[in-house]
Amino acid sequence: MTRVGWIRLLVIVLAVGALELACRAGFVDHRVVIAPSEMAAALWRMIAAGQFTGEMTRTFGIVVAAVVIAIVLGFALGLLIHALPRVREALDPFFATYYAVPIFIFYPVLVAIFGLSPVPILLMGVATAIVAMIIATLNGLDRVPRVLTKVARVHRMGAVETALKLKLPAAAPYLFTGVKLATSYGFIGVIASEFILSPAGLGRVISDAYADFNNPRMYALILLLLIVAVVVNTGLHAWDQRWAERRGIRKP
Amino acid sequence: MTATARRTTDTLIILVVILLAWQALHHVVGETALPSPAPTLSYAAHFLFTARFIDNATATLVCFAYALALSYALGLAIGVWMGAHHLSGAVGEPILISLYTLPKITLYPVVLLIFGLALSGRVTFGAMHGVLPVALLTMNAIRNIPPVYLKAARTMHLSKAQTVFSVLLPATLPEVVAGLRIGFTLTLLGVLLAEMFAAKEGLGFLIVNAMQLVQNEEMITVAVVLFAFAAAANALLLWMEHRWFQRT
Amino acid sequence: MTAPEVHARLAGVTRVYPATAGHQPVHALGPIDLDLKRGEFFGVVGPSGCGKSTLLEVLAGLQPATAGTVTFEGNRVAGDVPDGIGVVFQEDASFPWLTVWDNTAFGLRRTGVDDTEVRRRVDDALAFMGLKDFARAYPAQLSGGMRQRVCIARTLVLQPRLILLDEPFGALDAQTRLLMGDEVLRLWRRTGATVLLITHALDEAAMLSDRIGAMSARPGRFLDIVETKWPRERESTIVSDPRFGEITGRLWDNLRGESMKSLGYAGMAAE
Repeated sequence: MTRVGWIRLLVIVLAVGALELACRAGFVDHRVVIAPSEMAAALWRMIAAGQFTGEMTRTFGIVVAAVVIAIVLGFALGLLIHALPRVREALDPFFATYYAVPIFIFYPVLVAIFGLSPVPILLMGVATAIVAMIIATLNGLDRVPRVLTKVARVHRMGAVETALKLKLPAAAPYLFTGVKLATSYGFIGVIASEFILSPAGLGRVISDAYADFNNPRMYALILLLLIVAVVVNTGLHAWDQRWAERRGIRKP
Repeated sequence: MTATARRTTDTLIILVVILLAWQALHHVVGETALPSPAPTLSYAAHFLFTARFIDNATATLVCFAYALALSYALGLAIGVWMGAHHLSGAVGEPILISLYTLPKITLYPVVLLIFGLALSGRVTFGAMHGVLPVALLTMNAIRNIPPVYLKAARTMHLSKAQTVFSVLLPATLPEVVAGLRIGFTLTLLGVLLAEMFAAKEGLGFLIVNAMQLVQNEEMITVAVVLFAFAAAANALLLWMEHRWFQRT
Repeated sequence: MTAPEVHARLAGVTRVYPATAGHQPVHALGPIDLDLKRGEFFGVVGPSGCGKSTLLEVLAGLQPATAGTVTFEGNRVAGDVPDGIGVVFQEDASFPWLTVWDNTAFGLRRTGVDDTEVRRRVDDALAFMGLKDFARAYPAQLSGGMRQRVCIARTLVLQPRLILLDEPFGALDAQTRLLMGDEVLRLWRRTGATVLLITHALDEAAMLSDRIGAMSARPGRFLDIVETKWPRERESTIVSDPRFGEITGRLWDNLRGESMKSLGYAGMAAE
């Protein structure tokens, strides 16, 4: 690890350590925040006992489903829109403002339509993630250098061959950025929906634990969600960076 | 038809398509689930002037204003520090990016435990969302200042203060303002989420409450109003950015 | 006629970049001895990475010399850029948020010169650089060459006595460069300033300069200083003078081996 990496690790360890000390020494009310070690212990007990595996499966299952749908559908729509420049121009203002609008305000509307089932949560996840994938797809297809199509013609390659062997690999790093964004947005979409209103799932269990003043359970599950989110996002981000570096792409 | 006229008509066509889809969906799922556009509009025309709406809208606006001020102040401070101080920037950037991608709603119960149901909790939660883009974009703006600008400032014998105000500030302004715009929308999102999850007032509360009372027209009206507000505010900020910083 | 006075002097100057985390110290330049005569046009050529830009920055006071002394008009240069030195950098230093006119006036406005004088000098400089019609345009609307002219105009209005140019035409095509060379010569004759121009183009140095310093590969030292003895009223057409080939040839004799060294052709230099 680099020197900067060590310093970062140190900063994080110190921060967690400080919280631990503050809790143990009684500076922090344990009815508000419990010590990190207690959080970890509670989580460990929970996993060992197989508690809430049903909720975990449900929540993470919905996340995976939402992300996969968003990626596939987003890519397909991106391809389609890229081929129709006039449609793209018309949709441009919508894409520009899409993430400026708090779309969670429509979650209750979805619940009103579909009832308290996994469906509105799944839809919310897809809705949050899909536009990022569409935009990334459009961006990636834009970035295919013109000269590549000319090279394809010099080599007398057909349309499909050009698409698969040249355009797709050329656009791939940008498409992967879309995957990365879709994953983190999908995660946020599903979890936030479960918190606001849901019959089941980790979000629901956490809000119940909060209402019941069951701090160990609440913090254990919050910790779980945070760990999963950080691991997945960091992994994808690192992959994304490495890919971009190898290609000499500078990402904004 | 000129290009801009064509683009505006195309966008209007899409808006009409959305309205038609809304109408169609209404026919499919029925009145109780989703009211159709027309009655919603007439309901809105009257509802928007009731005390219920105005009081809650004011509550959201106040909370949002505080949260925004906090986001901007903290975000700019962190961004400037991390941009100017290389080590802090290198160490802190991945941490900020990780926080950016986290579903921060998972931390809202903690915020609630600390602040209770008071306004300060929702303000904090809103600021938690807005701080990050402001900090990250400000940091990047400072890092991206071409070194040749600083060298040129020295050859022209500018004082430190002159360098900061007449070179560094204008050089970083476009990117910083973009960060402020994204911070605006995310802070609003944070405040609304907080209100939807646990609050007794505010537009977010109004939406969830209306749904629970099966007052679907109210629910949809508030949602659409918020949507229109956010979209208009963002469009305005984008237009301002374009006007000020368009140099081509 | 008395010998022209020494305008700036580098005596035994070296520049070593100190060690940073994970890097050894880099001996970038020197030792360099150079006496710049007042009013002369001095060209510096050398392979990539030999320290030409470092030489310019040390002379201007933008970087400190690790050893040796730098003097300008008899005074030590240390820490600050002395009054009377103007620099045109390799990278585009025009400020995108100001118009061409405001860019040009930028440095001058801060010296407390009154407004009428500012206006006079700026209009004059813009006319001289052929930018009068673009006074209200923004740099983003101009080509690379024009943006460099804005940077030159910005330096001009400050009436520098020593003008340092660091590969100002690096990004331009060959024909444009020849024309820009004519512009620099006009500038030089008009202002009567001493000019030091860094370039990697041998023909450019040979055409423009009174004397040319050929630098070795890093750490850069002067291998040879070639005198061209061109008349002051010269233009780019001088490339057809028979001595032009001699001068360029002499430069290349000095630099061929050095260039190979810096390109990594380690063994070939010995052939």
